[in-house]
Amino acid sequence: MGSRSSHAAVIPDVDSIRRETGFSQASLVRLHHRFQALDRNKKGYLSRMDLQQIGALAVNPLGDRIIESFFPNGSQRVDFPGFVRVLAHFRPVEDEDTDQDPKKPEPLNSRRNKLHYAFQLYDLDRDGKISRHEMLQVLRLMVGVQVTEEQLENIADRTVQEADEDGDGAVSFLEFTKSLEKMDVEQKMSIRILK
Amino acid sequence: MALQMFMTFGSWNCLLLLVALEYSKASSDVNESENSTAQHAPNAWFAASSSEPDERISVFELDYDYVQIPYEVTLWILLASLAKIGFHLYHRLPGLMPESCLLILVGALVGGIIFGTDHKSPPVMDSSIYFLYLLPPIVLEGGYFMPTRPFFENIGSILWWAVLGALINALGIGLSLYLICQVQAFGLGDVNLLQNLLFGSLISAVDPVAVLAVFEEARVNEQLYMMIFGEALLNDGITVVLYNMLIAFTKMHKFEDIEPVDILAGCARFIIVGVGGVMFGIVFGFISAFITRFTQNISAIEPLIVFMFSYLSYLAAETLYLSGILAITACAVTMKKYVEENVSQTSYTTIKYFMKMLSSVSETLIFIFMGVSTVGKNHEWNWAFICFTLAFCQIWRAISVFALFYVSNQFRTFPFSIKDQCIIFYSGVRGAGSFSLAFLLPLSLFPRKKMFVTATLVVIYFTVFIQGITIGPLVRYLDVKKTNKKESINEELHIRLMDHLKAGIEDVCGHWSHYQVRDKFKKFDHRYLRKILIRENLPKSSIVSLYKKLEMKQAIEMVETGILSSTAFSIPHQAQRIQGIKRLSPEDVESIRDILTCNMYQVRQRTLSYNKYNLKPQTSEKQAKEILIRRQNTLRESMRKGHSLPWGKPAGTKNIRYLSFPYGNPQSAGRDTRAAGISDDDGSNPGSPSITFSAHSRIRSLQKQQAPEIIPMKSLRRGGKTLSFGYQRSTSQEEHMGGSRRVALRPKPPFHAVDEEGESGGESEGEAFAVRSRWTTDREHGRDYHRSHSPLLQRK
Repeated sequence: MGSRSSHAAVIPDVDSIRRETGFSQASLVRLHHRFQALDRNKKGYLSRMDLQQIGALAVNPLGDRIIESFFPNGSQRVDFPGFVRVLAHFRPVEDEDTDQDPKKPEPLNSRRNKLHYAFQLYDLDRDGKISRHEMLQVLRLMVGVQVTEEQLENIADRTVQEADEDGDGAVSFLEFTKSLEKMDVEQKMSIRILK
Repeated sequence: MALQMFMTFGSWNCLLLLVALEYSKASSDVNESENSTAQHAPNAWFAASSSEPDERISVFELDYDYVQIPYEVTLWILLASLAKIGFHLYHRLPGLMPESCLLILVGALVGGIIFGTDHKSPPVMDSSIYFLYLLPPIVLEGGYFMPTRPFFENIGSILWWAVLGALINALGIGLSLYLICQVQAFGLGDVNLLQNLLFGSLISAVDPVAVLAVFEEARVNEQLYMMIFGEALLNDGITVVLYNMLIAFTKMHKFEDIEPVDILAGCARFIIVGVGGVMFGIVFGFISAFITRFTQNISAIEPLIVFMFSYLSYLAAETLYLSGILAITACAVTMKKYVEENVSQTSYTTIKYFMKMLSSVSETLIFIFMGVSTVGKNHEWNWAFICFTLAFCQIWRAISVFALFYVSNQFRTFPFSIKDQCIIFYSGVRGAGSFSLAFLLPLSLFPRKKMFVTATLVVIYFTVFIQGITIGPLVRYLDVKKTNKKESINEELHIRLMDHLKAGIEDVCGHWSHYQVRDKFKKFDHRYLRKILIRENLPKSSIVSLYKKLEMKQAIEMVETGILSSTAFSIPHQAQRIQGIKRLSPEDVESIRDILTCNMYQVRQRTLSYNKYNLKPQTSEKQAKEILIRRQNTLRESMRKGHSLPWGKPAGTKNIRYLSFPYGNPQSAGRDTRAAGISDDDGSNPGSPSITFSAHSRIRSLQKQQAPEIIPMKSLRRGGKTLSFGYQRSTSQEEHMGGSRRVALRPKPPFHAVDEEGESGGESEGEAFAVRSRWTTDREHGRDYHRSHSPLLQRK
């Protein structure tokens, strides 16, 4: 595993990352360690294959999409800041985050950003809307084989129908947010250990 | 219906027992009146001749005394097993109450029968039998199934809590009861301090694991789980050590003679006993691991070695008056890691099952014996003592939980919430351990033993039944599920998606721990220990052939049952379907919602699921396979289209399968998974029992490197025998999925061809769909080890 250092100085640009993501120093150190552990050939960045080595992701129905979310804009590599940026969405929301001054950009782990991250898992073609087709694809991923195609289509129809307010047959981000307003997204999409 | 069956079973067996007992009673009466060596009393049914001494050979004889002990013991165990079957038939019952409840009830029933028929029960439990035969399996099982990674991550907290908690409880209860005894009105004046302390120590032996099954559904977080588990594990050892020490004190001194020196000696002894036991266990663990290195040709004795060495560690420690319990626990923990790799698959399964079986038998016997003692005349009921015992048990447990956790929370990175602490407090259910220790109190030293036994029984009954049954609802209540009302379909889907997402990101983050110590140990482990203790070349052939066999069987099954309908897996070939929005009636909505709820994949549980009484079948395996097949399919399709991943374009493709996977990419396959020595099991080890996969696939490598060399193959119809040779991975499955075409497979065995890094194991390199699930409880090392033990896909 090479020289393992828990010193924050090893991480490049650690301060800017901290500001952007809001992670504590200790968390960043741990994440860096994890990044290095995943980066098998010490390339300094992660490729898709490195992430696919995580066995547990292979049996996660959304595994591929999660991996894909680390590589925005079709890039093939993710460096440490990019890695941390994605994980920052899952930082638990703390009270002091809520009263930010309005000039600062919204923290990555705000409710809106969390929802946006989840939205992007559905919306593969990035057109800002979840079409019925995309909904169907997600459903297919998440449901066992015993459900027939027709049933899946019904479900997809119904899902889109419920959320769609302006009748365009697709769910925009606003509609998506609205359909989940009762849900405690902050808690659902927070990982305790990422402080 | 299930309950009726259960009752039927139970009553038949009771009847059987009753009949047997009646006859034994009859025969033993008759026997007493004669010269027992000469005659056997004739069977009453056959109304044969005489009770006088007679030289005729009687045609039918009955000799119950000869078989009495084993017969009754077997009958008890059988009765308990039938009760368990009945218990599990009604599927909601295990979630309502812990299985200990059931065992106690069965014990009480047997006790009632024995009491009712005035039968003298066989002497199943005395001190030596308990400590030598009944206790080791229980402790061994606890140690073996303990998940090591979380245990060692939390070892500080666990030790702090288990050791100090037991001590505080024991001393606290003992002292408070002593104070109560001083009050003249209760008539307890003759119970001195030592006796009270001893009683305190034995009553503080908790068995919280028994209740784990009850609140398993509520997602207990891993830390909490480990605390409970760790406490259960160490608790037995500590209380027995205390118990023995205090008995020694009682024997040696009268209270007034005890000097501070003795107390200090006692404390020192406590530490030595504990640590010494652990050392013994570790040594024996290493020895047995070393020996299993050489057993490849005679794998039938592997379980024997495991069990014998564990038992030997127990006995050796007991010889020196060290703590055998801690020894056997340490032995199991040490041994497990290396033994699991060395032994064959069947031995591994055998060991697991046999261990469960032994511990289950032991515990059953103890509970039955407890039931037998319950219904009987040897009780002494003292209201004050019993009530105060109950009260103090709860009070002191609360005190110890909240005080100790308050302190340890200061040092933990992830402190335990009050809710967690309440759960820990409430899970202080007593079990068989307390009863045994109470029962084995020497009467000579404890003239009021009966009172102690009665009090212990009351506490056990109370905690097991009342706490055991209410802990489930309590935990669910504490979890504060927000709404009971049904969520909309949208919400359900999104919630499940987010759960999966969260689980996935957690896996990306891996497990965080105190790196230094753990990594040092890992390095040491890799460099020295594994070289000594692990077999050199794990045989490839057996695993490979097993894998092949399984694949073929799977494929055949899938064809025959026509399970994988093409529709479920096909990429949608109708890209857009214009349709009017259907207005769905509420019933439709309901049914849709139900379909969704029942069929969505479960989120992978990171926290382990340990059931004390059962080795649960892994239902997530099927789900995992489906997901992997699907993924495989998707990737293959995308590759065929020439994209790296199927994003960005709607798939408007036809449902034709082409088979690909040229064999010639050894280097890429090598890069895939076998990163030697990188101990990154964090991501791939979510904890036990988990599936360690090597989801390496050639596809990935192909994505990276070149345009895939697609080799469209002719579709040939071939029989099953095509599948028998070296057909790799799930290609066959996918063909059958497509239903439309079968593709000829090249019969070249891929396994041996690509074995670059020479790592041991029958890892079939480049198996894209290598679902090798090996039920490892924990894999601390970085290799994605797998034995191709994938059980067959079981589909409805």
